[in-house]
Amino acid sequence: MNFDLSEEQQMIVDSVAKFVANDSPVERFRKLRDSERGWDPEVWKRMGEFGWLGVAYPEEQGGFGGDFVDLALILEQLGKGLVPEPLLPSVVLAGGLISRLGTEAQVKAFLEPMVEGETSLALAYAERQSRYCLSDCLTTAEREDGSDLFTLNGEKTWVLNGAFADQIVVVARTEGQPQDERGLSLFIVDGNAARLTRTVVRGMDGHRTGLLNFDGVQVSADRLLGAQGEALSHLEWAMDRGAAAACAEGQGQIQELFDHSVAYLKERKQFGVPIGSFQALQHRAADMFAEVELCKSTMILAAILVDSEDPEERMAEISAAKLQLSDGGWFVQKNAIQLLGGIGVTDEQDEGLLFKRLRVLQGLFGDADHHVERFQTREGFDAHLRVP
Amino acid sequence: MDMTLSPQHLEFRDELVTWIAAAMPPEMKRRADAGAEFGPEDGMAWQKILYEKGWAAPAWPVECGGTGWDVTQRHIFTEELMRANAPQLSPFGLGMVGPLLVQYGSEEQKQRFLPKILSGDEIWCQGYSEPNAGSDLASLQLRAEKDGDDYILNGQKTWTTYAQYADWIFILCRTGSEGKKQEGISFLLVDIRNTPGITVKPFLTTGGTYAFSETWFENARVPQSNRVGPEDGGWSMAKALLGHERTLIGGVAESLRWLQFAKRIARDTPVGTGRLLDDSGFRRRIARAEMRLRAITMAQNRTLAAAQLGRAPGAESSILKLVGTELLQQATELCMDAMGHDALGWLDSPPEALPEHERSVASQWNYLRAATIYGGSNEIQRNVISKDILGLPTR
Repeated sequence: MNFDLSEEQQMIVDSVAKFVANDSPVERFRKLRDSERGWDPEVWKRMGEFGWLGVAYPEEQGGFGGDFVDLALILEQLGKGLVPEPLLPSVVLAGGLISRLGTEAQVKAFLEPMVEGETSLALAYAERQSRYCLSDCLTTAEREDGSDLFTLNGEKTWVLNGAFADQIVVVARTEGQPQDERGLSLFIVDGNAARLTRTVVRGMDGHRTGLLNFDGVQVSADRLLGAQGEALSHLEWAMDRGAAAACAEGQGQIQELFDHSVAYLKERKQFGVPIGSFQALQHRAADMFAEVELCKSTMILAAILVDSEDPEERMAEISAAKLQLSDGGWFVQKNAIQLLGGIGVTDEQDEGLLFKRLRVLQGLFGDADHHVERFQTREGFDAHLRVP
Repeated sequence: MDMTLSPQHLEFRDELVTWIAAAMPPEMKRRADAGAEFGPEDGMAWQKILYEKGWAAPAWPVECGGTGWDVTQRHIFTEELMRANAPQLSPFGLGMVGPLLVQYGSEEQKQRFLPKILSGDEIWCQGYSEPNAGSDLASLQLRAEKDGDDYILNGQKTWTTYAQYADWIFILCRTGSEGKKQEGISFLLVDIRNTPGITVKPFLTTGGTYAFSETWFENARVPQSNRVGPEDGGWSMAKALLGHERTLIGGVAESLRWLQFAKRIARDTPVGTGRLLDDSGFRRRIARAEMRLRAITMAQNRTLAAAQLGRAPGAESSILKLVGTELLQQATELCMDAMGHDALGWLDSPPEALPEHERSVASQWNYLRAATIYGGSNEIQRNVISKDILGLPTR
């Protein structure tokens, strides 16, 4: 076991931290949240030049051949500054699936331009009724005999970066009934396709999502991603990466909220003394510290195991990490606001922005209850009765 | 970053599992497999077996009888013993005063005491707390007056765990009254069986066992050569020893054992036409605890990995006692809840009323309330974190 950063990883962390401090403190996000798309394509291009967008893809796909841990370290640092550029939807979700399943032509056409920061991507999986059930998909893709075109009909909700992405990976049913595990397929749909209506939905965290309506959108067969009807296990894989990424980015916010709280406890005076000298608040801070350290531990664990060859172990550890992000993270964030007192609920303080983004990450890719349920319904839960 | 155990460590684990199963005497093995709770006598018997193998104190230096294993091997050893439900050894000699003597003891003290701690020929207990010195340990009052080559001890210790089984006790006592209260304390080794003037009175705990004692010292005479470290320098001895103690009581392996118990009980408990382990509400409660254990285990692994590289434990290690003991208690609560009416039973309930593996659950559920109190209560741990790690101001 070794959890030290390699020299390369330390360099990545340092350069991203420097970027956040100099070029993208929370102030930049504050301005961008009122802009049309909520993030800056020029900065996205620079991230492409820095190599951050391709860090975890193989070299033959224009990437740098790193692993998910490298990507998680970047997300953690960006999370501290609430950097709004769409790495999660582009690099982790849609990009991850294209890298995993795409043909050489698809990688060239859709992944490589994103790696360079020229385009951005999205993954459309959620629907009004689906909650966290990936197979609960009413959107259909039909293909008439002999035709080269699929026709997509349906609606996708809360698509991260969905309103502005150049290309959108869309989950649609090519056969079977809603909730069937077989029959789901992935299509790479042009963001400006005819008969696709995109409504911009501004989120609590200041990010934009898309409400997408597919009203007979035509997609050529060469935009089918992966084997037809076999998308579910790949989607589960992508959601686990999304969960690990949420843990990483969320760690940045948890650490910031905690550090701000401790600093405030030392500096704020009431009754003539720093409020951090009161034991009630000291013990609260100690309990928050415990949760921060557990979040850090599970975030590392999730980032390492997201590529595990044992899906059973991968899912168990990712679920444990996502539960810690939700429960432990929530303990830290709600107490951070409480310790700050009244100023904690003012919009001009950064803590409230960190607080909101963190809550969004907690609800993505399965909330606490979802992951507890997944943990206890997996086979290994009963198999672990080894002793005595 | 690398999460995996090396092939050598995996092989080591396999060898251990085989050895442990073969080394237990048949009756001990039967009880271990049945999930029975072992008492101090069982621990002593098991220590003899480990001692014969050279494994009684893996963490000690090789020249003192240790194994030379690395931290990961030692961790695997602890974990596999717990998985096998082997009897637990008394920690006071092997895990506490032994390592302290290795670090600070004189050559004579090492030669006199270490071999018998290792072999289990001499059992130790700890004399720290007093009726008026609990969390505020430094306010302890037990007096040690110099008289020739000896000290004369007068006063009382309490919470001396299993003193009735002990041959020796290590104590903190007051040798000076000048300066800060931490400054006049010395660390002594006392023959608790043969020193006239010492009275040990075990008392019943809520767990139904005599786990703790009150210990009185009335003009008890102890040679000054039994002092470890300088006179009035006992507080730093105590702090060094507490460090050893806290790494012992994070309880990850023990929590794992209790969660497995909870599942086993739930599996064997009929509810309607099925079993309690089919109940999704109960499964979710166990699942949450298991997921928490995975998080704590990872925090512990980070500590271990740092130690393996020869570094001091990082900030994450300070939380292990705090969160580990809370989870341990929660795991015993799950066992109690799983038992339903069986949780009405007690240590002496007949086997036809209460299965053997459930018999001591209620006792342990009671006793382990102490886990968040001993070794520095969890409130003291929070003080330590807020002052030493977070640097919050004192008043």
